[in-house]
Amino acid sequence: MSTHQLPEHPEFLWHNPEPKSSYDAVIVGGGGHGLATAYFLAKNHGMTNIAVLEKGWLAGGNMARNTTIIRSNYLWDESAAIYEHALKLWEVLPEELEYDFLFSQRGVMNLAHTLGDVRESVRRVGANKLNGVDAEWLDPQQVKELCPILNISDNIRYPVMGATYQPRAGIAKHDHVAWAFARKCDEMGVDIIQNCEVTGFLKDGNRVVGVKTNRGTINTEKVGLCAAGHSSVLAEMAGFRLPIQSHPLQALVSELHEPVHPTVVMSNHVHVYVSQAHKGELVMGAGVDSYNGYGQRGSFHVIEHQMAAAVELFPIFARAHVLRTWGGIVDTTLDASPIVGTTPVENMFVNCGWGTGGFKGTPAAGLTFAHTIATGAPHKLNKPFALERFETGALIDEHGAAAVAH
Amino acid sequence: MLLIPCPNCGPRDETEFHYGGQAHVAYPENPNELNDREWAEYLFYRENTKGTFAERWVHSTGCRQWFNMVRDTVTYDIQAVYQMGSPRPATAVPAAAESGTATTAANSTITLGDAASSTPASSISAPEGATK
Ligand SMILES: Cc1cc2nc3c(=O)[nH]c(=O)nc-3n(C[C@H](O)[C@H](O)[C@H](O)COP(=O)(O)OP(=O)(O)OC[C@H]3O[C@@H](n4cnc5c(N)ncnc54)[C@H](O)[C@@H]3O)c2cc1C
Ligand SMILES: [Zn+2]
Repeated sequence: MSTHQLPEHPEFLWHNPEPKSSYDAVIVGGGGHGLATAYFLAKNHGMTNIAVLEKGWLAGGNMARNTTIIRSNYLWDESAAIYEHALKLWEVLPEELEYDFLFSQRGVMNLAHTLGDVRESVRRVGANKLNGVDAEWLDPQQVKELCPILNISDNIRYPVMGATYQPRAGIAKHDHVAWAFARKCDEMGVDIIQNCEVTGFLKDGNRVVGVKTNRGTINTEKVGLCAAGHSSVLAEMAGFRLPIQSHPLQALVSELHEPVHPTVVMSNHVHVYVSQAHKGELVMGAGVDSYNGYGQRGSFHVIEHQMAAAVELFPIFARAHVLRTWGGIVDTTLDASPIVGTTPVENMFVNCGWGTGGFKGTPAAGLTFAHTIATGAPHKLNKPFALERFETGALIDEHGAAAVAH
Repeated sequence: MLLIPCPNCGPRDETEFHYGGQAHVAYPENPNELNDREWAEYLFYRENTKGTFAERWVHSTGCRQWFNMVRDTVTYDIQAVYQMGSPRPATAVPAAAESGTATTAANSTITLGDAASSTPASSISAPEGATK
């Protein structure tokens, strides 16, 4: 476990400018994806007369609420390509952003509890290797060696029959990632505007020419939507639809403990994923609540179910106390893959549908979405993730295939 | 945990139910005439309303019947339950309406003021043939 300390906070990381009357591009949503998009627009495409509009405070949405798991061991080629590209960016970003946000490559294990799980997992390890993604299959003994607190006895309801393991996967400090991007954006001249809610769009025919906000109207040549759980609401304002359903997704932390958990363990079958944060909290997430919800809260039985699974897998957690639980609003698609590309509205672009697993994709979402906005055409990595796939049928079905989608 | 007023069994814990997504999505009348766009709409596009939303639920571990429900997706307040096949009732009930004011509207629609109010089962009349 890292004995690393977080760097001291500087006095401030970005200015809080008043919105200008016009920009070359406006990004709606100041979460990780909006900030990363602005960063790559400025850095790779020289677009610095741009603004990120955030209705609340910077990165207070899912960016502040996720369990920070980063991995790239997805099944399909399209997913492996974009998530692996993201992972490679994570490996260089602390230096590039001059900000150590504690990206800790402590590995991620995806447990298999049934024969079906085992077959799916071994297949995924093979597919990962072919795509240049580091992946291994572990038997229960090897699982135990890597994570001694895991219960591998066959005397539990869903015994551990093995696991896939990605050594380069890990976790990072989510808030610090957002602040790192925000600081660099600010340095390059990007306006980061908080408490600025987009309430409508100005259109000239089918072309977007501006946004209406609670702080006035802003003219812009291009709009990039990065609103995660609120993507459908913004699309509706703009006059098009998205195949997205917004669901509550909850997570929780325990009080601080001595380092006991050296890696990240995920279980699709019993629905829990666990790591230990640098400070010592056990961080655990569950599945989504079944119903559509914009309330940033879910039902307690989901947490109860997740804790039951956690305690069976990690008997020593039985005495840990829950410190906090919370929820975010995740934007799910039916194939569990994101949508990054153009929209039916000219000069309006959308990045959404990352659902329960978009933190890990942040750098690649930013890179490819910036490319799409700047050039008007997708980058090769996000081309398969276009909205059109729901019409052509070229879905990228990562349900089940990707283990839990976090 | 939602407390869901099953039209047949009365208020029960959410764990007894399964969610069925948006209500009133009809199978296309002439499937052979649909183009790819229209099929995509039918298969993959659903309303994702922030606010009052009509949705389907099934009481899996109770009466095992499907029914429709109007719920606010922000406050999670349940505003009405009604049978499959019935039109969506008008629910002008504000989320903060006083509790315990369940009224049985026409066509076995139950309009609730507040989801949290435990409406006694007896005040909910079970619709005949609630599924369709
Ligand atoms: C509990 C939980 C656990 C998760 N765990 C993981 C994990 O382990 N690994 C992983 O990879 N992913 C995980 N995720 C998913 C991940 O958090 C999201 O996919 C990702 O954060 C989405 O991108 P974002 O950061 O830009 O979203 P957000 O931070 O939600 O940003 C969207 C922003 O848009 C703003 N906005 C919305 N409407 C408007 C408007 N009208 N005007 C202006 N601004 C607006 C919102 O206020 C918000 O700040 C998890 C999510 C949750 C909720
Ligand atoms: Zn019932």
